[in-house]
Amino acid sequence: MSLTLAEKILAKKTGRKVEPGEFLLLEVDVALGNDITAPLAIKEFYQAGGDKIYDPEKIVLVSDHFTPNKDIKSAEQAKQMREFAKTQKIKKYFEIGRGGIEHVLLPEEGIVKPGHLVVGADSHTCTYGALGSLAIGVGSTDLAGVFLAGKVWLKVPPTIKIELIGKPKKYVSGKDIILKIISLLGTEGANYKVLEFSGEGVKNLSMASRFTMANMAIEAGAKTGIFPVDEKVIDYAQERGYKAEPLLPDNSAKYEKIYKFHLNEINLQVARPCLPSNSKDIQEIEKEKIKIDQVVIGSCTNGRLEDLRIAASIMKKSKVHENVRCIVIPGSQKVYYAALQEGLIETFIQSNCVVSPPTCGPCLGGHMGVLAKGERAVATTNRNFRGRMGHPESEIYLASPAVASASALKGFICSPESL
Amino acid sequence: MQIKGKVFIFGDNINTDLIIPARYLLTSDPQELAKYCFEDIRPGFGQRNDVQGSIVIAGENFGSGSSREHAPLAIKGAGIKCVLAKSFSRIFLRNAINIGLPIGELSLINEFKEGDEIEINFSSGKIVNRRTQKTFEIKPYPPFLQEIIISGGWLNYLKTLGTKEER
Repeated sequence: MSLTLAEKILAKKTGRKVEPGEFLLLEVDVALGNDITAPLAIKEFYQAGGDKIYDPEKIVLVSDHFTPNKDIKSAEQAKQMREFAKTQKIKKYFEIGRGGIEHVLLPEEGIVKPGHLVVGADSHTCTYGALGSLAIGVGSTDLAGVFLAGKVWLKVPPTIKIELIGKPKKYVSGKDIILKIISLLGTEGANYKVLEFSGEGVKNLSMASRFTMANMAIEAGAKTGIFPVDEKVIDYAQERGYKAEPLLPDNSAKYEKIYKFHLNEINLQVARPCLPSNSKDIQEIEKEKIKIDQVVIGSCTNGRLEDLRIAASIMKKSKVHENVRCIVIPGSQKVYYAALQEGLIETFIQSNCVVSPPTCGPCLGGHMGVLAKGERAVATTNRNFRGRMGHPESEIYLASPAVASASALKGFICSPESL
Repeated sequence: MQIKGKVFIFGDNINTDLIIPARYLLTSDPQELAKYCFEDIRPGFGQRNDVQGSIVIAGENFGSGSSREHAPLAIKGAGIKCVLAKSFSRIFLRNAINIGLPIGELSLINEFKEGDEIEINFSSGKIVNRRTQKTFEIKPYPPFLQEIIISGGWLNYLKTLGTKEER
């Protein structure tokens, strides 16, 4: 056999070898929707004559985008999803106060497991690739199709191998590594393809870093990002009460392209507006002393406990600059509670940050931190598109929690090393 | 299938935030979404009278970013008959096919200007620019995707599949 990780998962699903370019009709293990995408899927499901959903066990619905509801319309959308979950007996429905941001939540709850085929009506579904699952962002009609028949159509994707070598430098995390990779590949460099992260350097990356990297595979256009199931993943599974088996690509697997990255050569990165591929080394950006109005630390990209620990360790040194508003968003109720118990929340409050409940809110310019005309933010989120976080003439710089925290204290974009 | 219409030209990397900003995702009604179609890149576009029946031609990576199906829905709701682009981002492509918004990959987009009248024949894959009388070709969809389109979208396809299996 000579299969990539994605091909292995698809071959197991179909019971035969699969080739890139083939179209498959597959049963999924998990399908996800949220308060923006699920209402549309629900509407389409009923319009198509749906009555009872195919398998409620496979469906996960999370209220996280416009929640806690920002206005009447968003409340109506959330209500629609809540009532659908009740009618259809969907047990994995996550209400606010019991859940969090979908892509932080599902791995944490042990819902997505290594080897799973997952589709989600959210583009950052690819996050779960950190667990060695094949997790693909789709649309609402695809989710409606899973409601109706449990199935999805997929084209077997070719794979690009990202070989990681060595250890990252101090403060350098998954965010910097993936921004560097995207700057090299471009925003459609991996369109329709899988980014397979492998090589001996993988063992030096924490699970949080892996989630961040898989999360942003979509920003290079990729169908998904995927990591092997190694000891770290097996331990992660064990901590969540289930057993995982190792899953590695074959040595002779065929890749469309192979890129090598020496992790110790990657510096802290900052992506300028308006593309995630616009990243530069912090040394270069810091020289410009780019003043900022807002910092957002959180999101499905960087809202995990490890991210908050790094942020707090830097915030401890001083207080948020007088011209800056700093919003910290724990990614889930569990992350929030752990951060509280560890004293991280206290640090944030003492540094004059505002701590928000888990929500996607500001990342997509929804609520809880929307930018005015001409304002500039550093965010640990995933997209710096024009108008993404508010006014079309506001600006977003993407960075890691370490850089975002240091910048919050100084008032301009800088490295934690400069504090 | 044959489509005729006036062309609107857009650039590269027209992402889903530009097609329909998240602040308007409070509904899934195509007519309502249509009002804000391309709002942050061309304010007022969705409210123009001449958008109905038009064709959008764009550059590379059209529809990148979010998975929001509201993006192709807003375009369809605005009465835009077809989107031609140098390349499409993956999720946008599947959403367009799933909801039955005609799209096509066209490499020579520089041969078109805003306001050109064009004709697209989806069966032959031919495009004619009435201004220059030049003919172009779009890449045909693979047979599987054509079946979905002919069925009238993914859910209809799934339903016919169900009846086939039962037999």
